[in-house]
Amino acid sequence: MIEFKNVTKTYDGKVNAVDDVSFTVPQGNIAVFLGPSGCGKTTLLRMVNRLVPITKGEIFIDGEQTNSLNEIQLRRNIGYVIQSNGLFPNMTIEDNVTVVPKLLGWDKEKMRNRFFELMELIGLKPDDFRKRYPHELSGGQQQRIGIARAMAADPPVMLMDEPFGALDPIIRSHLQKEFLQIQKEVQKTILFVSHDIDEAITMGDQVAIFKDGRLMQYDAPDDILANPANEFVSTFVGSDRAIKSLGLHTVADLVNQLKVTPVAADSRQISLKTDLRQILSIFFNEGYEELVVVDEEKKPMGSITIQDVQKYLHQTNQSA
Amino acid sequence: MNGAFQYFMNNQDEVIALTLQHIQLVGLATVIAILIGVPIGIYLTTNDAVADVVLQIAAIIMTIPSIALFGLMIPVLSVINQGIGFLPALIALILYSQLPIIRNTYVAVQNVDPNMRDAAKGIGMSSWERIRMVEIPIALPVIMAGVRNAVVLSIGIGAIAAFIGAGGLGVLIDQGISRYNRDMIVVGAVGVSLLAIIADTLLGILQRVLTPKGMNINA
Repeated sequence: MIEFKNVTKTYDGKVNAVDDVSFTVPQGNIAVFLGPSGCGKTTLLRMVNRLVPITKGEIFIDGEQTNSLNEIQLRRNIGYVIQSNGLFPNMTIEDNVTVVPKLLGWDKEKMRNRFFELMELIGLKPDDFRKRYPHELSGGQQQRIGIARAMAADPPVMLMDEPFGALDPIIRSHLQKEFLQIQKEVQKTILFVSHDIDEAITMGDQVAIFKDGRLMQYDAPDDILANPANEFVSTFVGSDRAIKSLGLHTVADLVNQLKVTPVAADSRQISLKTDLRQILSIFFNEGYEELVVVDEEKKPMGSITIQDVQKYLHQTNQSA
Repeated sequence: MNGAFQYFMNNQDEVIALTLQHIQLVGLATVIAILIGVPIGIYLTTNDAVADVVLQIAAIIMTIPSIALFGLMIPVLSVINQGIGFLPALIALILYSQLPIIRNTYVAVQNVDPNMRDAAKGIGMSSWERIRMVEIPIALPVIMAGVRNAVVLSIGIGAIAAFIGAGGLGVLIDQGISRYNRDMIVVGAVGVSLLAIIADTLLGILQRVLTPKGMNINA
């Protein structure tokens, strides 16, 4: 659990880069810091591991005040991932991944085992990469290694500063999904900086939206899309926020809430796991009147139309 | 040229002894210069105001003619009875080596990608760990280029140290001039040049070996 209490950062005694921010990130959650550049999101992130000193206020990690801890020890217990991956070009992939365990004085065998474990976790073959150097890897692979390095000493907390920002859209969405899978296993408390509302919705259990150093809204993505706290938030999330929110719901949610009509024609089949944003795009792109929902055994359960999606969206937005 | 070769064949032992003396002087000066210059260069990256001053001073030292520097040190070192000989030559070479070593170290460490430094700090390296594990290895090729520069420079200036009795291949040139012996001068001069070329080549190989494998983008 990470708690921010009246956290303020003032530069040169006048500008408040971060202005009296208070909120709590529960254990095992991903909180995305979102906002335009210069809104203080990165500054706030870097205050957690004290790369930026706190001017006023306190930050607690699992009840311990960060300022009361030794700076170096604190950082070794917090995973840190940056946009440009920050891998050390002079070290092999294995040395890069195990750099924190090495600082902590682990023995060789333990480090080797941990390296293999982490590579399995991020889906890269350990033996193929062990002796290679960062510049020989693609951007996506480098970023995976960056994440593995941050997790090496199994820190309870991770800071990620636009970790997927430098990747092309296809690789980015791939890595986002992959990382969410990993998160299901490891259950870290993660602070994640982004400037991309879609990324925030995908990745966040909570989203904190900042403007000029002030916290505008801190809520689950659903609530932010349904009930923006003010003009700034609603402009920032965009006028298409209803469509964005579709990405948060799956066919299964819809089927739970609405009665599906019995199967009509043999139309295109869709699984329960498909999200409603994809469904919408299938309707528009492929020109079907209705789609057949199939369960895990591929047995048809019923069909849905575009009106069903509309109705569902309406109901959930009202109840939110 | 034939005469010079004859001279070399007749005085092999002496020429080799002088060469070894030369290598000893330059080698010792270089080792000490690295031990002083590299830490100064690294320190300067943390203090821009001092960096300007120190680099200026090192540049000014470079412009002092070597023969004048030797002359200036005679009265100073005479106090401890070392006015001429090995010690003033050693000190002069150390001073001349400082500019290329300090400047290259400073520039190399300064140019380490700020993201590397940020990552190193962020994962919990202390300043010393960061310098040792990240900054020096990344900066090493450029630091080595400075050392190469300093060595070649020192081999040349080392020849002039013979005038204050420090020995080395300069002795052949010095005596050749006083005795009107052209062959001696040629052997001394060619010896110094060869020594410089060989040292530069060997250090070039060392530079390649010391360059971290991952930094060799063309590999």
